[in-house]
Amino acid sequence: MSAVFVEPHTPENLPARRLLDQDWRRLLNYGVLLALVLVFVALTNMPVKLDRRMLIEPIFSMGYLSVFWLPAVFGLLVCREPVLAGMPSYAKGRREVLAGAMVGLIGGAGLSVLTVLLDNFDLRDPLVNWSPQLLDLLSFGRGSTFGFAIWLPIGLALGTLGGLTHVLSTTARRVLGWAFVTVVAFAVFETVIIDLSEGFASLGAERVVDEIYFIRGGLTMHGAAILAVCGGLFAAFGRDQAQRAKAQFQALEGTSRTRANAMGLLACGVALVVLPLFLGGITNELLANVGLFVLLALGLNIVVGLAGILDLGYVAFFAIGGYTAGILTTTNRGESWPDWMPDFYWGTALIFVVILAALAGLFIGAPVIRMRGDYLAIVTLGFGEIIRLLFLSDWLGGYTGAAQGVTNIPGVQVFGLATVKGTDPRAVFYLVLFFCAIAIYVSWRLERSRLGRAWMAIREDESVAEAMGINTVNAKLMAFVVGAVLASFSGAILAAKVGSVFPNSFIILVSIVILVVVIVGGMGNIVGVIVGSVVLIGILGGPRQPGLLQEFSEYKLLIYGVLLVWMMLKRPEGLVPNVRRTRELHQEEYLQDAWLRGEIDTDADSHADGGTDAEPGVLPT
Amino acid sequence: MSATDNGTGNGATALLEMRGVNTHYGAVHILKDVEFSIYPGELVCLLGGNASGKSTTLKALLGMVTPTTGDVLLNGETVTDKPISYRVERGVTMVPENRRLFKRLSVKDNLELGAFLRSDRSAIDADLERIFAMFPRVKERLNQKAGTLSGGEQQMVAIGRALMSDPKVLLMDEPSMGLAPALVQTNFELIKQIHSQGVAIFVVEQNANMALSIADRGWVLQTGRVVLDDTAEALLANPDLRASYLGET
Repeated sequence: MSAVFVEPHTPENLPARRLLDQDWRRLLNYGVLLALVLVFVALTNMPVKLDRRMLIEPIFSMGYLSVFWLPAVFGLLVCREPVLAGMPSYAKGRREVLAGAMVGLIGGAGLSVLTVLLDNFDLRDPLVNWSPQLLDLLSFGRGSTFGFAIWLPIGLALGTLGGLTHVLSTTARRVLGWAFVTVVAFAVFETVIIDLSEGFASLGAERVVDEIYFIRGGLTMHGAAILAVCGGLFAAFGRDQAQRAKAQFQALEGTSRTRANAMGLLACGVALVVLPLFLGGITNELLANVGLFVLLALGLNIVVGLAGILDLGYVAFFAIGGYTAGILTTTNRGESWPDWMPDFYWGTALIFVVILAALAGLFIGAPVIRMRGDYLAIVTLGFGEIIRLLFLSDWLGGYTGAAQGVTNIPGVQVFGLATVKGTDPRAVFYLVLFFCAIAIYVSWRLERSRLGRAWMAIREDESVAEAMGINTVNAKLMAFVVGAVLASFSGAILAAKVGSVFPNSFIILVSIVILVVVIVGGMGNIVGVIVGSVVLIGILGGPRQPGLLQEFSEYKLLIYGVLLVWMMLKRPEGLVPNVRRTRELHQEEYLQDAWLRGEIDTDADSHADGGTDAEPGVLPT
Repeated sequence: MSATDNGTGNGATALLEMRGVNTHYGAVHILKDVEFSIYPGELVCLLGGNASGKSTTLKALLGMVTPTTGDVLLNGETVTDKPISYRVERGVTMVPENRRLFKRLSVKDNLELGAFLRSDRSAIDADLERIFAMFPRVKERLNQKAGTLSGGEQQMVAIGRALMSDPKVLLMDEPSMGLAPALVQTNFELIKQIHSQGVAIFVVEQNANMALSIADRGWVLQTGRVVLDDTAEALLANPDLRASYLGET
């Protein structure tokens, strides 16, 4: 049984532990881990690459942030020892600050050693980032002796800061946290905020922005100070009100709850329609990319999240949508097509896109759904590549343009009034928004339909679902077809937006990224999928689409990976948890907590069956 | 009690019938010329050791396994090549081994899935109420995940889910497997209770003594062949059976 995590009790008169009454092994573990992480981050060259992006001009760059946040976070984490219910608890005090400081010191020592090693050895052969620039950065340009000496106090200071944060009262911690997050958020989202301010220029927004931001990028000193104060003030006063409103909303029941939900949805819808008018090209472009992935992720969510079919070749349907729309509308078609073939409008082509995608779903699905689990995943992975290689091949090259792809795709004609294409990101965004709305509605309806229920039964236990009379073959094929059609919409829009499609746009990485979006957002959850797309595609960027943090593009996959592992370990229900799924994933912890509080239902038969997952009892209802 | 005592004897149409059924898994011959009938309202048990073909018999009746030769009849109609849904709609339902609930779905969803092929909403709701009356505990747990229930409660939901299809015959695969000894007795009481409501029951059991004590008739399968076919009393008295299944010498 693992430890039970409950909020520590905070009566005033708890005894503090002695300063040196430390869990030394824990300190050492955290310290060494921190040192390794710091050295790893340094050797990925992230500090050097990000040094050019200033957060606060002229003192603080993103490069330093990428290193500095780690000791503070580790210092905070080491203090957060699990409080075992029923065991004595202690007041927080100097002991915790010391623990944080020690961890920071050990971590800083890691960078000290790295600085000296950088100066004296040349390991550039295996470690490509073993560079003089890195040494220069780590030693603040003053030689390795200074670098060696300076990282110890820096680590110590940052670790102490982390420890102090733990000791502070909840309110103080919240105020500081919000102040920090506000400053960093404004610094990081500089592009969007400036873009946004141009839209609201008539309200004088530009003047405010000019005040906060430095001309060549980064916050000004006084700008940062203002933002910190605003963030802190919000945490101190505004947050309570926000929480009260939230609690009020959650207390609503029945029709008033439904009405509140509908109002919220309407407000979001109106905002999404109106806001782009005030946004510049960059932000609209970002939003359009996010929308393309929302479409893809909603489709995959039906296949993986609802029906439980782990499809790793989902990009195939994206490709089919893109190529079909591209080939039918382009003015520069492959030479193998007959001359009499007309150039279709995008809207007309879309009919063929849907039909072809559905057929592809059936053809790929039919052999695949007979398999289960790992085999299915591997075979779909293969199909994903096969489709791309077919488009690339000489055999179909006359039709698909092989490596040259399909170019000169004209865009979308809207009733002969306007043409939507990549040069007008706002129009593209509206187009994507329209299809996203359809996809969200379809997903929402399907989830509550008979078919949706059949999918969930199949996900849970396929043979029993079959025994209930569910036609599992048909239901699984339907999941493939619906997923395929949604992905093909996304592909068709991509073709019109970019004006060209290449085999390279549909590499296996796209499948993986969509899957990560679904997992990180929250599997089987429409809102989660949307949030996942915004966070991953909007902020970090897609496989080929730049995100907000363009500086991070080289580290995109690294961050994806770290995020995925962390989510799987700590928050398997995703960013936006489905209430039901959270319960099932954390069932064991809930049960143990309830058991400790003596609320557990321990009737005779709850211990009788060794086979249930839910020992030692059931949740109190 | 015998089949004729129930008034369901030779003249009536069998609810479920197997005629000379042979099945194969790959090249392996599982059921060999199996032949028997179940009449409406009967409680019949099928006994047999490991790998004797008990589960395969159930699967063939439900349609999860198609016989290589021979026929399965439902109400006198040949359904050998009909899909599972066809048979479920006409009153054949299985309670799978080890209960096999949809663990991450709510108890309510589990019950609703039992009625997947039905569309008569008011009748479904009436059946739900009937199940709540039978198992008040299930109603209390309606919105809980099925996987969080205790063993006994899961058994109730499994039976409730099967009853939601409005069955004429329940095929029960080892209902007492994995249950604590104290629950096995309760479980058989439950089976008797459902039987008393007029549902025919075909139960596959390892616990021969217990099964025969509530059954009308029984068969014994041995390596895919029906070797004994008699009333429950006669089987209980049969010295061969006592020796091989009831652990007596």
